[in-house]
Amino acid sequence: MEKQRVRLMNYASYIALIPLVPLATFVLLGLFGKKTLKPLAGIIGCTALFISTALAVYAAYHYFFTDGKTNGVYQAVFVNKVHWLQFSPSLSIDMEIMLDPISVMMLVVVTFVSLMVHIFSLGYMKGEERFGTYFSFLSLFTFSMLGLVMSANIFQIYIFWELVGLSSYLLIGFYYNKPAAVAASKKAFIVTRFADLGFLIGILILGFQADSFDFHTIIQRLTDVNSPQLIGIATASFLDISLLTWALTLIFIGGAGKSAMFPLHIWLPDAMEGPTPVSALIHAATMVVAGVFLVARLFPVFYINEAALVVVTWVGAISAFLAAIIACTQTDIKRVLAYSTMSQIGYMMFALGVSGYGGENGLGYTASMFHLFTHAFFKSLLFLCAGAIIHYVHSNDIKDMGGLRKYMPLTHLAFLIACLAIAGIPPFAGFFSKEEILLAASQSNSAIYYIALITSGITAFYMFRLYFSVFWKASPPAPLQRRGEEENHAEGSFSMKLPLVLLTIGTVGAGFIPFSQFISADGKSFASELHPGFSVLPVALALLGIFFAWNLYFRPSEKPGKMAASLGSLYRLAYKKFYIDELYLFITKKIIFNLVGRPAAWLDKNIVDGTMNGIAWTTGRISTAIKGIQSGRVQNYALWFFAGIIGLLLVLKFWMK
Amino acid sequence: MSSVPISHILILSTALFFIGLYGLFTRRNMITMLMAIELILNSVNINFVVFNKYLYPEKLDGIFFTLFIIAIAAAEAAVAIAIIINLYRSHKSIDVEEATEMKW
Repeated sequence: MEKQRVRLMNYASYIALIPLVPLATFVLLGLFGKKTLKPLAGIIGCTALFISTALAVYAAYHYFFTDGKTNGVYQAVFVNKVHWLQFSPSLSIDMEIMLDPISVMMLVVVTFVSLMVHIFSLGYMKGEERFGTYFSFLSLFTFSMLGLVMSANIFQIYIFWELVGLSSYLLIGFYYNKPAAVAASKKAFIVTRFADLGFLIGILILGFQADSFDFHTIIQRLTDVNSPQLIGIATASFLDISLLTWALTLIFIGGAGKSAMFPLHIWLPDAMEGPTPVSALIHAATMVVAGVFLVARLFPVFYINEAALVVVTWVGAISAFLAAIIACTQTDIKRVLAYSTMSQIGYMMFALGVSGYGGENGLGYTASMFHLFTHAFFKSLLFLCAGAIIHYVHSNDIKDMGGLRKYMPLTHLAFLIACLAIAGIPPFAGFFSKEEILLAASQSNSAIYYIALITSGITAFYMFRLYFSVFWKASPPAPLQRRGEEENHAEGSFSMKLPLVLLTIGTVGAGFIPFSQFISADGKSFASELHPGFSVLPVALALLGIFFAWNLYFRPSEKPGKMAASLGSLYRLAYKKFYIDELYLFITKKIIFNLVGRPAAWLDKNIVDGTMNGIAWTTGRISTAIKGIQSGRVQNYALWFFAGIIGLLLVLKFWMK
Repeated sequence: MSSVPISHILILSTALFFIGLYGLFTRRNMITMLMAIELILNSVNINFVVFNKYLYPEKLDGIFFTLFIIAIAAAEAAVAIAIIINLYRSHKSIDVEEATEMKW
């Protein structure tokens, strides 16, 4: 017990600084970043993030290697508790920091990727009018995301959840004079807000039934078969579905909105209107995995409710598959990456869905977190490469690119490694995590396993379609050639190259971390080994996908066009993203606007406003009619006064006896 | 002393009251209106004194009220004359019919 306290003290002294340093940067740059500190904004942002990253790595080292384990199990550590809103003796909303394997892992991922993005932005956003504002928004996001992963109770996570949504909105709409960016930011905000409504209702049901908002307490109470809370929530039902299923499904809807899961994914591709480093940070590596993190955080509760877990599994699998299909047809480099993000997050989701609990049964959980970890590296690397390419080409469309390997050798290498990683080719990071996911899926649900297998083949195909189209294919368009020869700095400044190098190292090395030693569903370490026989099929499929991509896109040819034509309506369907956006527009514009919006507007204009206007009109008419009484003649008033007294007198005399 | 019946005095005070009221309603000159108000107040004073004297001779409440009213009437006259002077300055007249700006 004494040791435990010493441990807490150790963390308490510095852990809160990790999110607070970016918060301080946000305040500083938000107040003074427009003028005074504008030239220094980048340096301040990077320094602050560097401090946070160093502290996070230090905390992770301490947690994983020296004092996270008690009796061979990683324990959650709670520090810096602040009582905030005390509703009743048993129910309060607190602010507290929770350290457990996944939150410590997320701390490292968020700070590291954020640091890379900060450094990259130094070069990428150079000369930008609102340079200081940009860095203050980045800091706000980093603070919110760090707060989200460290939250110890479900209400606290909800607060930070909305904060990351807000910073995402601000950064997507950063180029506010571009109508598409404004529309995209609104779309992202509204869609995620809509999903968060589900989240909030889920929180309320779960919090009410478990009589606590604390993750730790909720999990403890709802996993104990004899607890009155579990019996209460499992037996109470609404529409023949138990409240536990309702609560978890609603919470998952919130997570699905943030993580761009089908059918709430429509905001993610549009969110690519924001600056590319922002896409790398928020819409690839950190914020969009918040949904996965949330499910993982409540995993023990999800595990006891099969129905909710089935929803998680199938939503994840469908998203992974659909997004992969759509990604094959898009021509905007960032949109392809956005759909691949959605697809990979789908992987993480169904990996959680198929996972068991306890020891090796929790392979899916470990695999999901592992994939989250490796994905953060290679996907932010891909986005930063895309940023470098866009910086050079001044276009997002892969039709404007081609043959760029000559001018951007470093970006080319980094992009290739990231593509190999996401395709699942050994020995790069994505291979290890994807194999674990596939293994977990094959052990529990063969339908999911085959979907995942096919998806991984398609993933390899579309990533290498992108790679060949951008870096090989034709020689680059003439103006680009000229610029490439004239200017020696196609790849931008040192600050844009450094993150690529560091992230490439991460992409190569992250897969070798023995993840199951550190992160598992119940905190117990287990050994996971490679299964070479099992890996043959997925790798072969990935190589097949790469071969197809090579065949079609390595040099300019008619083949892709012909293939698209022969697929006809199927191709159109995928190219138009399965008409999901149109479906939403139809539902909102035609059905909701016409059947709900217009009647409500009519009611508001005619009934509500009409009542108010009617009252005002009547009052006006009455006062016009009687205003003559106020004639300004004092003697008239005196007469009225006297008449009044006489009247009163008569009333008192004859009626009020 | 008490040979004068109470009704006589009450008739006097009522007459005084209505004379005052008549003056207040019909006169256009503000000084005259002020004088009419003084008449009304004095009729009330007479009432107070006479009721005190005839109904509760052992008490002094009515007389005290009369003293109060006289004091207030003095103050009121001061305020009223101040108003009248200001009115004269702005309108060059103290005809109450001329001062009808304070209306809708």
